[in-house]
Amino acid sequence: MSIESNGKLTHKKMKFVPEIKFTKLFINGQFVDSISGKTFETIDPRTGDVITEVAQGIKEDVDLAVEAARDAFDNGPWPRLPGTQRRSILMKLADLIDENAEELAALDAIDGGKLFHDGKNIDIPSAAETFRYYAGAADKIHGDTLKMSREFQAYTLREPIGVVGHITPWNFPSMMFAMKVGPALAAGCTMIVKPAEQTPLSALYYAHLTKLAGIPDGVVNVVTGYGPIAGAAISSHMDIDKVSFTGSTEVGRLIMKDAAVSNLKQVSLELGGKSPIIIFDDADFDKAVDLALIGSLYNKGEICVAGSRVFVQEGIYDKFVKKLEEKVRSWVVGDPFDADSQQGPQVEKKQFEKILSYIEHGKREGATLLAGGKRFGEKGYYIEPTIFTDVKDDMIIAKEEIFGPVMSVLKFKTMDEVIRRANATKYGLAAGVITENLNIANTVSRSIRAGAIWINCYFAFDRDSPYGGYKMSGFGRDMGMDGLDKYLHVKSVATPIYNTPWL
Amino acid sequence: MAAESNGKSTKIPEIKFTKLFINGNFVDSVSGKTFETIDPRTEQVIARIAEGDKEDIDIAVKAARAAFDHGPWPRLPACERGRIMMKFADLIEENVEELAALDTIDAGKLFAFGKALEIPSAVSTLRYYAGAADKVHGNTLKMSREFQAYTLREPIGVAGIIIPWNFPSIMFFYKVSPALAAGCTMIVKPAEQTPLSALYFAHLAKLAGIPDGVLNVVTGFGPTAGAAISSHMDIDKVDFTGSTEVGRLVMQAAALSNLKSVSLELGGKSPLLIFDDADVDTAADLALFGGFYNKGEICVASSRIFVQEGIHDKIVEKLSEKAKNWVIGDPFDPSTRHGPQVDQNQFKKILGYIEHGKREGAHLLTGGKTHGEKGYYIEPTIFTNVEDHMMIAKDEIFGPVLSVMKFSTIEEAITRANATRYGLAAGIVTKDLNVANTVSRSIRAGVIWINCYTAFSPDCPYGGYKMSGFGRELGMEAMDKYLQVKAVVTPLVNSPWL
Repeated sequence: MSIESNGKLTHKKMKFVPEIKFTKLFINGQFVDSISGKTFETIDPRTGDVITEVAQGIKEDVDLAVEAARDAFDNGPWPRLPGTQRRSILMKLADLIDENAEELAALDAIDGGKLFHDGKNIDIPSAAETFRYYAGAADKIHGDTLKMSREFQAYTLREPIGVVGHITPWNFPSMMFAMKVGPALAAGCTMIVKPAEQTPLSALYYAHLTKLAGIPDGVVNVVTGYGPIAGAAISSHMDIDKVSFTGSTEVGRLIMKDAAVSNLKQVSLELGGKSPIIIFDDADFDKAVDLALIGSLYNKGEICVAGSRVFVQEGIYDKFVKKLEEKVRSWVVGDPFDADSQQGPQVEKKQFEKILSYIEHGKREGATLLAGGKRFGEKGYYIEPTIFTDVKDDMIIAKEEIFGPVMSVLKFKTMDEVIRRANATKYGLAAGVITENLNIANTVSRSIRAGAIWINCYFAFDRDSPYGGYKMSGFGRDMGMDGLDKYLHVKSVATPIYNTPWL
Repeated sequence: MAAESNGKSTKIPEIKFTKLFINGNFVDSVSGKTFETIDPRTEQVIARIAEGDKEDIDIAVKAARAAFDHGPWPRLPACERGRIMMKFADLIEENVEELAALDTIDAGKLFAFGKALEIPSAVSTLRYYAGAADKVHGNTLKMSREFQAYTLREPIGVAGIIIPWNFPSIMFFYKVSPALAAGCTMIVKPAEQTPLSALYFAHLAKLAGIPDGVLNVVTGFGPTAGAAISSHMDIDKVDFTGSTEVGRLVMQAAALSNLKSVSLELGGKSPLLIFDDADVDTAADLALFGGFYNKGEICVASSRIFVQEGIHDKIVEKLSEKAKNWVIGDPFDPSTRHGPQVDQNQFKKILGYIEHGKREGAHLLTGGKTHGEKGYYIEPTIFTNVEDHMMIAKDEIFGPVLSVMKFSTIEEAITRANATRYGLAAGIVTKDLNVANTVSRSIRAGVIWINCYTAFSPDCPYGGYKMSGFGRELGMEAMDKYLQVKAVVTPLVNSPWL
């Protein structure tokens, strides 16, 4: 059982609870009530209490936002500015984010149960850096001149795709906002952001900052509301040119279907995962244990690239399991404002119950419960860091994405065997490979069918490094220069040439 | 009225391949069923072809999956894939006459064009990608912390390729070539109207040394074999060219099954904008060619001709004159410019649109009726005084029907050209540099041809904006459809710099 934080989940430790300044929809540069006047509650997962009511956007609100975004795209300045000017404004936005990091981190802490200190020192600065990266890319969007086979001059232009709908998830509200909005803005697009209903607060704050930064009205709109209503209105809108979605595989399906049935808008999806971390006998032992723990417990396991299947080679298996048990004992679960906490509450009741039920499955299926296995404390959605060992590939806990602090440890013998077992999943988002051997690292990284392979590291995200899914983890890449492609169209322009020395 | 050809026919080829091609062998369909393929010149049955359905697709996918997961093709050095693809190209060249003849009797395509232009174009596409295979680059990345990172572009896996009937040979190679170069394996489902050349290409693929299971061809119908592809749980990518309606079904099926990646090349209502300073002869030629090439059965057809008012009447006069010399007749006759439409369905649909045009009050300049007693021949048809709201100006007709509209200013032309849900191509005829630059930047379409039309080339990508689809054919861009980006990251220790 993990040590309780000394805050004992009382209100004493809830410092920096921010005043909630923005609770309305942000459309065409203004904060407005929803047309229907409806609102919805956003809950604090530390206590289960309501933080505040937020405007609830429905189809009519999405329509208004699209009208504003369409006008801003077709007639407004944003897509027509030189890339350098979009750059200046995005840099200003990044500065404003840094200036308000504490307040933003506090919002994500009470809204999503995210660790305040990580938010303030890592997540929010990372969001700002993402805006800076794409700010610097805005004036470097290149096409090609082409080698025609007859006397023609031809080149490609990469043009902004138009009005984009972003449907963002609740697990990294700030980083996701930056990862989607950053490249779309750099490309010259206009957009409607529909943040997850669990975590609307920071998105509305960012909306306010975009206006302060000088992003023209209508370019960034934020419509808070529910997936099946506001989200569906986006995916089936006849005047949205592209929808980007990060979330569950089930919802990803609905979005792609809606896009097909409506106006065949382009789609990119970043979905679930059941990513393997593969630890070879020659691994740096202590580092391997740390990576395995972080892989499953970081952000309370609410991360699509969680290394939820830990394959350990038989030579070090017993030693490894023993060390895991030892280290997890000092893993601190507690109030996200407490600087000592490493794990806050799960985002909401539904997730909380789902994870606990997977834990019950694990017990029933006969895996060995090494640590945790139940809720933590009496109030709020806290779950103990949970580790199952002796897990078999066909167990539900080894196959399905749990999206919580639950690790499955499996034993393997040979490299060929573990490659086969690691790939035996419909997902393909990430994988970790822990070995000091160059050849194993090269072979395994080439062999795993996943979009990001981390060798002797995990969650090694970076602005210049694209990531995304293979197989049913989705398609399209976020981050890196590849991340811009989703928001650009390729246009070819060809003209005959006369009297030319060569082609 | 268009001139008639004297109706000479060349010898019709023997139909050698009529079965499904799966895992290196020609086999009957599991059900034993067959379907007819019709000659649009005579409305007669050419041959009966094996009719593939879900069970046959399943067998083909198993073969393609085994070939991808365990076979040599994705594991060969890319230059060896290139070598085999070059051999494949050589074999096609050696059989160009027979292949052109198959497309002529299957789709009504002009034999002389097929032999001199289209099949060679398919060949040069194949050679282009043969040469691209060993140039599939990733990037080394600039990390912000001490990490070494790079991207690999890996073959996506098993591809389902659904091709249309208007350019059976060219479309086959536009899709198959980048897929082969990337190291993928595939199942091709040719249109039911035009199965013959695809099966011949399958035979040549085997002779060229493409391993069993890498390239499979399952002939059959869209709602059965095609749907089985788009909803298959073990196909990693579907690439479709065809109508917008069917494109929707393909994308939905992909979403509901295994979320396979999709690319679509759909319809168009592409504008050709002729400015006052255009050369009248050139402009009229481009308009006719853009609208009537391949009997108008081309997705990038310049079906809306916008003519600036200063030059409008001269252009209309020229169009009328030139259309008279547009010879309609048997596609084997080398003097023919215009063969029969591909099938009865299309034939009726086009005639229906022509009637609409007449009823809506457009002026019928030339054509407007069928030609001959037998076969699906329609005269090259031009309507003038067409208004933007007319059905003939909005819907894709996919036949030899041009709509001519007058405009005043450049801004007006741009607005009206863009007022369509499609966005595939556009043509601009002007000598003015600034007009060319402004208009090419302003039209929302994937390929803009200035003082030319249908100027395709293997290195020049094309594809849709808006509801004309997404994904690009040709150019290095087309490889992207068949590749996935993988990032590989490792910490750096003791590095002089990042």
